[in-house]
Amino acid sequence: MKTFKLGGVHPEENKISANKAIEVFPLPEKVYVPVSQSLGAPSKVVVEKGAVVKTGQLLAKGESFISANVHCPVSGKVTRIDDIIDSSGYKRQAVYIDVAGDEWEESIDRSPDIIYEISADRDTIIKKINEMGVVGLGGATFPSHVKLMVPDGKKAQYLLINGVECEPYLTADHRLMLERGEEMLIGTAILKKALGVEKAFIGIERNKPDAIEHLSRLCAKFKGIEVMPLKVKYPQGGEKQLIKAVVNLEVPSGKLPIEVGCVVNNVGTAFAVYEAIQKNKPLIERVVTVTGKSVLNPANFLVRIGTPVSLLIERAGGLPEDTGKVISGGPMMGKALTSLEVPVVKGTSGILIMPGQESKRTTVLSCIRCGRCITACPMGLEPVLLAQLSESQLFEKAEKEKIMDCIECGSCHYTCPAGRPLLDYLRLGKNKTGLLIRNRGKK
Amino acid sequence: MSLLTISGSPHVHTQQSVKSIMYGVVIAMIPAIFVSVYFFGIDAARVMLISVLGCLFFEWVIQKYLIKGPVTINDGSALVTGILLAFNVPANLPWWILIIGALVSIGIGKMSFGGLGKNPFNPALVGRVFLLISFPVQMTSWPMPKALFAEGITDAITGPTTLGIIKEGLSAGKTIQEIMASPDFPGYLNDMMGVQGGSLGEISALALLLGALFMFTRKIITWHIPTAYIGSAVIFSGILWLIDPTQYIDPLMHLLAGGMILGVFYMATDMVSSPMTARGQIVFGVGAGLLTILIRVWGAYPEGVSFAILIMNAFTPLINSYFKPKRFGEVVKHG
Ligand code: SF4
Ligand code: SF4
Repeated sequence: MKTFKLGGVHPEENKISANKAIEVFPLPEKVYVPVSQSLGAPSKVVVEKGAVVKTGQLLAKGESFISANVHCPVSGKVTRIDDIIDSSGYKRQAVYIDVAGDEWEESIDRSPDIIYEISADRDTIIKKINEMGVVGLGGATFPSHVKLMVPDGKKAQYLLINGVECEPYLTADHRLMLERGEEMLIGTAILKKALGVEKAFIGIERNKPDAIEHLSRLCAKFKGIEVMPLKVKYPQGGEKQLIKAVVNLEVPSGKLPIEVGCVVNNVGTAFAVYEAIQKNKPLIERVVTVTGKSVLNPANFLVRIGTPVSLLIERAGGLPEDTGKVISGGPMMGKALTSLEVPVVKGTSGILIMPGQESKRTTVLSCIRCGRCITACPMGLEPVLLAQLSESQLFEKAEKEKIMDCIECGSCHYTCPAGRPLLDYLRLGKNKTGLLIRNRGKK
Repeated sequence: MSLLTISGSPHVHTQQSVKSIMYGVVIAMIPAIFVSVYFFGIDAARVMLISVLGCLFFEWVIQKYLIKGPVTINDGSALVTGILLAFNVPANLPWWILIIGALVSIGIGKMSFGGLGKNPFNPALVGRVFLLISFPVQMTSWPMPKALFAEGITDAITGPTTLGIIKEGLSAGKTIQEIMASPDFPGYLNDMMGVQGGSLGEISALALLLGALFMFTRKIITWHIPTAYIGSAVIFSGILWLIDPTQYIDPLMHLLAGGMILGVFYMATDMVSSPMTARGQIVFGVGAGLLTILIRVWGAYPEGVSFAILIMNAFTPLINSYFKPKRFGEVVKHG
């Protein structure tokens, strides 16, 4: 069984919600839609306060190359355009909408019929994906059309679809593969066409045997798409790790996957691409796992973007008594929320509620030089050294030791027996080192 | 609702802690502890008790009254040092020498550098070598274990270690074959089971290997250092043995006699004083293996494990900065 070679850890999987079917979340009364939900430049609001809006209507337009459109997830009235604290903890501009009815743009095909025939050509596909605001749904939220525009001199050879979902607890992608597998595969075929590649692989860890079996069966209908079962190891969902695991190529330090002829997309993204191209539907909803050891009814909800997280938690049985921490995302890379009123955004893959006693960090002891963080690092870095360099502000040295290659997967911190907050230091060091590099470029 | 905890990712942590690692090592040493009590009787228990209590006591005193910092004697590391020190001395060592050993191990070997994690040398070995140099007579008079399944306790019969017999024999001009044929010579099986003269914990290769197996399965140690160490020792001693089997003992005898197994699995693998990367650990192991055989064959002492490991400990910082892990994307492959 294939996997990536360097490093990696095996956190407890805790996929509590794995057999909970996707449930359509009821329309909320209000939504808050942040206008920048993707990596890259913020988008420009195109509606005004007081405007009556329809589901699927454009709310904010991405104006630079790397930015994405944002659409109205509900119908109703715009009450405010104001800042909101989002799940990243930063203030962002958002459109506040009071929901009324559920009136959709006529151009959107809402029938449940699956459309197999891909009539759009390459350019139309890319243009449409851009228009429909599709971004990477695995968490990085990189605008999807950008990935499809292969730079001159490079050639795409493989399309990899990421169905790994290596974060513990999360099951949204797993459910999507089981319940919307066919659409997801059509989306994959569309991406294949846009890239002009012969071969697409869907990487799935073998802790999801049902998804592997289901998709393998469906794949028979699609030319050049193959399921690739992978050994369970975190962080296999990292782009570079997935490429290494599936096609055994190493993306060079500081380079993008296209350097080795690969483009990686998440299964959720492939599904969103299907909807955008075949159904004319912009990205206005996504599957979100709500889970945790003390959560009464862990669930996978199909939620409109902008829905407050507090509503999701309520529907999953309410906030448990012993709650200590609420995380947007998984336990390895997710962000701890400061407030439960933050809205679901395109990058929200799950809401994880952790009990109090698991929320506190262990006491930090001195480093015992065991090297376990080095063994765990999937990028072959020396977290213990990089943390020291960051602490002593030796960023030039840290750059030479490849601090910028760190993918912030948290394996080092997870594994340190002395409980050292290695990733805290690394994030700081990466920030400072990045600044150093950019300033140097200016001179 | 009470306040939410905010902290950076990751939000989960492995079960393995410094404490669980240290107590894991202690558990691994239990078979060897039993074997030592079986063969050396109450003397062995006495030595271990004094050594452990001494180490814990000095760690406590130094942390509480000299450093005036947090006291960490329950993290298990001083306990490990105490048992290892006891494992490295003869069972009839006077109590006051043991106390000195504990003081040197903890005070000089560990605390003077700033405590656990900052010590460049394995503390138990620092104590042992100090004692060996300061009290050579007491440190090399080995009580003989009673024979396997024999009744009664051993009295104050002392004798040389297997390696000592060989070294003496060779310098008296005998060949290895003549030495091994003598009735005093323990032989392979006895060395394996523990019927040989030696320090407390080194006599039974079998008990030590059992504990090592436990440490592997619990992921307390990895294969790199032990494999490289044994590999290089076997190859080096094997070459010598092939050149002249009358003057050099065979690799198996090297492994079973003396402190090789104890050193390889329990002291060379000490994470604080050994390199951090897989590559570095292999270099460390190879170096220690070579030095051990070198010292055993040509050195002044019959045994070389302690010195070999301490010397490699000294090279550890250099190895760490020279043998980097393999970086991802380092070898650019165009496929
Ligand atoms: S967070 Fe960075 S340094 Fe730590 S294991 Fe992941 S890639 Fe390596
Ligand atoms: S895992 Fe922790 S204790 Fe071990 S070397 Fe890394 S930082 Fe030090």
